[in-house]
Amino acid sequence: MPSLLHSLASPARFQRISAHVFPWAAVLATGLIGCGLVWALVFVPPDYQQGDTVRVMYVHVPAAWMSMFCYAVMAVLSVSFLIWKHALADLAARASAPIGAAFTTVALITGSLWGKPTWGTYWEWDARLTSVLVLFFLYLGHMALSNAFDDRERGGRAAAILAVVGAINLPIIKFSVEWWNTLHQPASVLRMDGPTIHSSMLWPLLVMAAGFTAFYVVLLLIRIRSELMARRIEVLQRHRAAEGA
Amino acid sequence: MSAFTALVRRDVALATRRGGEAALTLGFFVITIALFPFGVGPDPELLGRIAAGIIWVTALLAAIVSLDRLFRQDLEDGSLDLLALSPMPLELVVLAKCLAHWLVTGLPVTLLAPVMGMMLQLDPEAYAPLIIGLALGTPALSLVGAIGASLVLGARRGGALIGLLVLPLYIPVLIFGISAVEAALAGLPVLPHILIEGAVLVVSLPLAAFAGAGALRLAMD
Repeated sequence: MPSLLHSLASPARFQRISAHVFPWAAVLATGLIGCGLVWALVFVPPDYQQGDTVRVMYVHVPAAWMSMFCYAVMAVLSVSFLIWKHALADLAARASAPIGAAFTTVALITGSLWGKPTWGTYWEWDARLTSVLVLFFLYLGHMALSNAFDDRERGGRAAAILAVVGAINLPIIKFSVEWWNTLHQPASVLRMDGPTIHSSMLWPLLVMAAGFTAFYVVLLLIRIRSELMARRIEVLQRHRAAEGA
Repeated sequence: MSAFTALVRRDVALATRRGGEAALTLGFFVITIALFPFGVGPDPELLGRIAAGIIWVTALLAAIVSLDRLFRQDLEDGSLDLLALSPMPLELVVLAKCLAHWLVTGLPVTLLAPVMGMMLQLDPEAYAPLIIGLALGTPALSLVGAIGASLVLGARRGGALIGLLVLPLYIPVLIFGISAVEAALAGLPVLPHILIEGAVLVVSLPLAAFAGAGALRLAMD
């Protein structure tokens, strides 16, 4: 795995490989999300308790998974950036943060819309909701810090340290929020506790999750490639300015 | 180790002597707490119910307010460079500065907490867990805060950023501090909550030392 990362680390090689990966990822994302949506919205039978509202799950759950996945990716990239100083790891970590924040927002909003008909409230200080909200704050902090410096390299390294600290803290926060929740609202937590999920619902969910992951790759590649191009333009402009002077 | 104590002494002296930071932070703590009765009404029962929460949240804010100065002045006047050149590892420098920060903010806040509790009609059962919790939790606030303070060195709007970075990381400290109080009020054993609060402090020691020193090296590049 490290050797793969190292071989990807050269921007030129990354551009070449990503140019090949990009169309496949885009096709995969559109296909999976398209199929998954039709499957989930039309063919899956409505839940015996929740009726059609259960279909929110097919967007909500993959988005919630991706919100955590993006942070994990960011943390791994940040560690590799701090150790090996790969510029590309920094780029990818920073490109991941807004995507992760967007998935977290989608998870929060769809969760809130799902909560109204099932729990009777848009917001519940439930352990999971609260920890996702904290995760959203961590994303915001990371994005704010990485953009707060005039020197781009400096912002990247500060943000990388923050991402690692956040990754160490995240399990502690999660644990503490669960502790807090059981203390404050014993047994009143309104939660859909279906023992297991039926396979007719599980498969479209997994298809959607795979589609969301492919979509993440698409967005990530677009962001990294456009950032690389922006930097190239910057260098060219600087050259031109130097020639003019 | 003498360098360590010398640094702590210097920072405490700087914070207390110039008639400034330490007193300002305490003033902020007291005034903010005094705002709550205006906000929620003077009903003693309601105030007593939320007193521990008010004191804890305000202690978090008081820690944040004073963090901006933790490394900035030393970076600007060059003493941070001298500290980095000294034989003392930068990790220890960070810990010394955290200890000094705690001595002028966390410790007085902890000592003032019973007075504030009295003004807010805190339940008599809650005093011991509140104070022990603050005694263990406020050093963790200084330590985790030092990570934020060192990361924003040289950033635009650094002071405003610290809160955004650090407050989410403060949540466990707050939760276990409050849960000790709640357990005491419910007649449950307090010790587990206190022990976990202590564990949070122990975890934040190396985290602050390494992350803080890493961020300081970055700032001095």
